[in-house]
Amino acid sequence: MSDASLNSDLVRQSAATLATAIARGEVSSEQVTQAHLDRITEVDGQVHAFLFVDPEASLARAREVDAQISSGVIASPLAGVPIALKDLLATRGVPTTCGSKILEGWIPPYNATIVERLEAAGVVSLGKTNMDEFAMGSSTENSGYGPTHNPWDLERIPGGSGGGSAAAIASFEAPLAIGTDTGGSIRQPAAVTGTVGVKPTYGGVSRYGIVALASSLDQAGPCARSVMDTALLHSVIAGHDPRDSTSINAPVPDVIAAAKSGDVRGMKIGVIKQLQGEGFQSGVISQFNASLEILAGLGAEIVEVSCDHFQYALGAYYLILPSEASSNLARFDGMRFGIRVGDDGQHSVEQVMSATREAGFGAEVKRRIMLGTYALSSGYYDAYYGQAQKIRTLITRDFEAAFAQVDVLVSPTAPTTAFKLGAKVDDPLAMYLNDIATIPVNLAGNCAMSLPAGLAPEDGLPVGFQIIAPAMADDRLYKVGSALEAALVDKWGGLLIDKVPSL
Amino acid sequence: MTTTSAFDGVIEEFDPIIGLETHIELGTNSKMFCSCSAEFGGDPNTHVCPVCLGLPGSMPVVNRAAVESTIRMGLALNSSIASWCRFARKNYFYPDMPKDYQISQYDEPLCFNGYLDVTVVTDDGPQIFRVEIERVHMEEDTGKLTHGGGAGRIHGATHSLVDFNRAGIPLIEVVTKPITGTGRYAPEVAKAYVAELRDLMRALGVSDVRMEEGSLRCDVNVSLSREGEPWGTRTETKNVNSLRSVERAVRSEMLRQADQLRAGERIIQETRHFHEETGDTTSGRSKEEAEDYRYFPEPDLVPVAPSAEWIDQLRTTLPEVPSVRRARLRDSWGISDFEMQSLVNAGALDLIEATINAGVNEQAARKWWTGEFSRTAKERDCELEDLSVTPADILEVENLIASGDLTDKIARTVFEGVLAGEGSVTAVIDARGLKVVSDDAALLAAIEQALAEQPDVAEKIKSGKIQAAGAIVGAVMKSTKGQADAAKVRALLFEQLGVTE
Repeated sequence: MSDASLNSDLVRQSAATLATAIARGEVSSEQVTQAHLDRITEVDGQVHAFLFVDPEASLARAREVDAQISSGVIASPLAGVPIALKDLLATRGVPTTCGSKILEGWIPPYNATIVERLEAAGVVSLGKTNMDEFAMGSSTENSGYGPTHNPWDLERIPGGSGGGSAAAIASFEAPLAIGTDTGGSIRQPAAVTGTVGVKPTYGGVSRYGIVALASSLDQAGPCARSVMDTALLHSVIAGHDPRDSTSINAPVPDVIAAAKSGDVRGMKIGVIKQLQGEGFQSGVISQFNASLEILAGLGAEIVEVSCDHFQYALGAYYLILPSEASSNLARFDGMRFGIRVGDDGQHSVEQVMSATREAGFGAEVKRRIMLGTYALSSGYYDAYYGQAQKIRTLITRDFEAAFAQVDVLVSPTAPTTAFKLGAKVDDPLAMYLNDIATIPVNLAGNCAMSLPAGLAPEDGLPVGFQIIAPAMADDRLYKVGSALEAALVDKWGGLLIDKVPSL
Repeated sequence: MTTTSAFDGVIEEFDPIIGLETHIELGTNSKMFCSCSAEFGGDPNTHVCPVCLGLPGSMPVVNRAAVESTIRMGLALNSSIASWCRFARKNYFYPDMPKDYQISQYDEPLCFNGYLDVTVVTDDGPQIFRVEIERVHMEEDTGKLTHGGGAGRIHGATHSLVDFNRAGIPLIEVVTKPITGTGRYAPEVAKAYVAELRDLMRALGVSDVRMEEGSLRCDVNVSLSREGEPWGTRTETKNVNSLRSVERAVRSEMLRQADQLRAGERIIQETRHFHEETGDTTSGRSKEEAEDYRYFPEPDLVPVAPSAEWIDQLRTTLPEVPSVRRARLRDSWGISDFEMQSLVNAGALDLIEATINAGVNEQAARKWWTGEFSRTAKERDCELEDLSVTPADILEVENLIASGDLTDKIARTVFEGVLAGEGSVTAVIDARGLKVVSDDAALLAAIEQALAEQPDVAEKIKSGKIQAAGAIVGAVMKSTKGQADAAKVRALLFEQLGVTE
């Protein structure tokens, strides 16, 4: 086998396969890491999934892990496997931009808890991935550093905000990635790139060191090409962190065992009435329904469930998110980190703050800061933020009522397949509608997975199937997900991602 | 005195309503939301971490000790303790604020509806005023700005330096309800309230309240109204940082508002700055165009929900409250209410008690602090506790008096030196050569010389006019520069003359 074919073979392997081979000494972490770095060099000019790659640092880390493994220490079931990190995670000594010009040049002096956990697990970082600025968007077109392209069709969006992480996996630049999901930023990119992504239960994965968009909605989670890889990564990053007050101090559900079981016999699966029909692309619905039939065939009982308040979710979300974001993003004022504009000795501190924010933030960020500032203003607070919180409570109750009847809920992840770059940039509302099916989960704080359901017949692009489970029942996602995935792999003769055109 | 009569005039025409918001730094080991040291000082920006620097991605975690201190303070202020409350973000941009919002509490304070009784000496004797407490809540301090080139304010500065060591230090804010019915005693009530608050915090051990380090900061609200009229518009004088300044700020603001109202002008609701040098206030920004802080519940923190058991347990740790302690000391020292109140007003109570605890007798302890030292404090326009004399110094001096090495009079000179910063008691005694001349030979020589200079006196004494001895003793004291023990001189004189008293 020539080096080239070894490399191309390595990048197409699952994380689980790579980890096993590395643990057995069949291949080194350094070789695996090098293969992915080569792949990045080869295709990232077209995809633009990465904002920062430091090959030397990645290889050095891989060699450390190799040394550990040869001394008999296997830190985790993912030891030696490379990963791509969304550029929203603070990484010590490594530039962190959040996709924003305002943080250009900022090098954090500390690591996010997730990054620490990954390091402890022997997972090797390849670099930082592109995203919508401060995770605001559904297409990665709002990045201050140019858009990411969907490997299925380079003219199309890879979803957002975590388009870089999803595209990196879908283009075989990395076997694993970390995303964050505030309203669908892990699941919607997974759906449109034919990959798997999970938004864990709020509080399930530490938020410490993840630059906040909306603190009460943000949750980091795993991205991979298969349900099992996603479960392995989930189990590495999840768990209580005393540095995050909202972190849940309870055992992590056994997602790996659930992914192995793949048994849905006797499970009750609820189809959310409000998340189908109008606004949903026909191929999305057809692939979703086909998956339902498969689950029914595997022994699950399918029922329809009504969540009456979901129709208000988008409105509530676009008050709560901007409100929290307007406050979270206040600190980007040019005083302590990132760029500073207008400090010429002639301008006051207020003017410098203002000029820095004017120059450093993009249009969508400014739009949401203004929305949030307005919604929190004295005299408007009750009408906007206050009302939105009430909707949030009602949506949570809808979920509670639904989960009293069923084990999991399901819906299409996104209403459409990947759209063309530029198609919705001038229509924020149309862009916001991409997240209509994912947002209720963030509002309620429970967990959800998106996995591939197939290709829409009309455009040949991936469709995502969303599974939603109650808080701290993340294992149910993996149980249902692995059952559906196994059946689809049988049907297709492999994972959906194997059908992605070569770059 | 014009000021007094002007003030009397204000009281004849108007009724003052005051209110105080007091911020006090808690004496916890670590900061409010991170594990950095909360110790005062340190090289700039050395007690910092990603959390208190507000670095992107960092998150706060509540300091349990700060919650505990706040609950204990609330209990001592007879407050209700919330069974569930949240932190809130107060949003505004300022370069001393790492996150450009302050984590505070808004409509859900940890403690609410309390009171604190304070005693003020009135023309009718000591009188108790009940100050009702609206709320006690927790928040974090900001960093400290130093403005260069300019007037020391941010406006006109060429550059500013910021030290984040103070950022995130736990603060409690104690807010009173409007205090009515204090009339002419409004300034004294304000001062007595802040003093009582300080003493309470010290007694609880939740803060040592170092006012000179700015660990207690007061915002003073004042309004005036004429009888039968609704309450007037209030002003808020910010950052009044000493007991004396609180009193002065209330007084000067009452005078200013009265002038304004008499001239038919209206009071503008505004914040005002207090000037230590003049005791005056000047206009700050107008509250009518005030910033909107856009408070909302802090989503990075879970609610604070102290259990009833915890609160009960904290209640058992409350020390003797200052008013009870004062009554106990008053009885033990056998002094009147009035005397006790004078000691409290002079800020002498703790110092006297500490002096007694050091081993000095009660009378001597009171004498020094209310006499010599109070005079010096008044001259220097400072608090007693700011003087460079300690209970240990007093004990040392008292022991020297008891052993005959010092007289009362010499002791005063010793303290004069200590207060002037000339060093320890021993150092001052050595440097100034202050010892009782106890050498009999030297004293006898001085007596002989005095008798020789006043030959008629010896005869007078011998003939029974003992009071004439004063002239000789006086002359000896003079010739020994006051360093002789007058009683001893007298005894030696009689012995010399063969006279018995």
